[in-house]
Amino acid sequence: MSPAIILENLPLFVSGLALTLQLLVVSVLLGLALSIPLALLAAAPDKRLAWPVQTFIYIFRGTPLLLQLFVIYYGLSQFDWIKQGPLWPVLREAWWCAVIAFTLNTAAYTAEIFRGAIRQTPKGEIEAATACGMSVYAKYRYIILPGALRRSIPMYGNEVIFMLHATALAGVITLVDLFGTARIINSRFYAPFEAFLTAGLFYLGVTFLIVWLFRRLEKHYLRHLDPAHTPGGP
Amino acid sequence: MPDIFDGYLPFVLAGASLTIEVAVASLLLAVLLGLCAALSRLYGPPPARWIAGLYTTVIRGIPDIVLMMLIFFGGQVWLNAIADRLGWHYIDLNPFVAGVLTIGFIFGAYMGETFRGAIMAVPKGQIEAGHAYGMSPWQVFRLITLPAMTRHAMPGFFNNWLVLVKTTALVSLIGLQDMVFKAGVAANSLRKPFTFYLLVAVLFLLITILSDLIFRWLQRRYAWAGP
Repeated sequence: MSPAIILENLPLFVSGLALTLQLLVVSVLLGLALSIPLALLAAAPDKRLAWPVQTFIYIFRGTPLLLQLFVIYYGLSQFDWIKQGPLWPVLREAWWCAVIAFTLNTAAYTAEIFRGAIRQTPKGEIEAATACGMSVYAKYRYIILPGALRRSIPMYGNEVIFMLHATALAGVITLVDLFGTARIINSRFYAPFEAFLTAGLFYLGVTFLIVWLFRRLEKHYLRHLDPAHTPGGP
Repeated sequence: MPDIFDGYLPFVLAGASLTIEVAVASLLLAVLLGLCAALSRLYGPPPARWIAGLYTTVIRGIPDIVLMMLIFFGGQVWLNAIADRLGWHYIDLNPFVAGVLTIGFIFGAYMGETFRGAIMAVPKGQIEAGHAYGMSPWQVFRLITLPAMTRHAMPGFFNNWLVLVKTTALVSLIGLQDMVFKAGVAANSLRKPFTFYLLVAVLFLLITILSDLIFRWLQRRYAWAGP
């Protein structure tokens, strides 16, 4: 191990980290926005609404993200009508392909988490809402979704950590994120430990940060489940 | 019907058998490591518990692809150093070994958590009864804990298997000629990347569906809990 290689290349690692965080934040936010309508459709009692979304979820959860990325980044160039189409300036960029693949992937996983949480809504809550004369929209807006999203926080935290690790695949399609930086440093200096251990430590640090963030979210939004804060509890 | 794969289908399917070999070999290693990790965390002396805890944390905190490159390139550096010291010729680190070691190592951590939860779900009285009958710790584990924990471990075990199969796609990046690698070769020579990467995605989906069917059958047969 040579600390000199690590110190010399620290600025490269930091700019790699910046791209990793950018990819993570953009795709997680887009994926979250997409997943809520998808989850509502997938949990719909009407099978005709549910099955197309459930198929989408099954396909994206059942195939490796690496291949989803390859199909979008390398695959789409097979078709001339795409290459001559209006979207080509976007679709030929590795950054956009990575964001599209990560967004669709996390949307599928997140929709599945939310779908499970929506279906776990206690019957009494829905009956009470109906008894109060709430419309279908009001029931979803004020009763079903808030409860389901709260219940999903711990599992969603795992999904965000999973996405952090998934963004490393961007380094495979020429982007210089943390993993891409490590690859470049390894091939330039033939220093695998310096390159990949340093990148690994950065990922570990961000993972801990996400864990801490979600623990705070849980403390705030799942406070009613904490026995120490229950009125009349211990 | 014209052949959309231009005769490359058997070539890619040959890679599929390697994918399955990597997956099964990694699974065996992961189960072994997972049992060790679970037993050390539950019953081991403090240093063993600490190491097992560190193992789980590190694996969960670092992307699989970074670990794979670390083991593949780092292992080669170590091998070179050892060969140098012993005066041997240059030894090439086999990408199959590196791939299986990495994936087995990663999923050993996940299996460890699954097994730990399953062991904790076995009623304590059963294990105490075993000890009271004068069974050795190994007998208690083999005859009581292991059979009783299986039904609790199965859903998590199956889930880990599904994720593991998808992770094998990464071995193509260290030069192992699995079906992703072969699809890349076919895609380049025919300029049909969409066709071949989609084909491999469908093959992965088939493995998932088949595993699902087998698991559901086993679940009904042995009345396990759902995943």
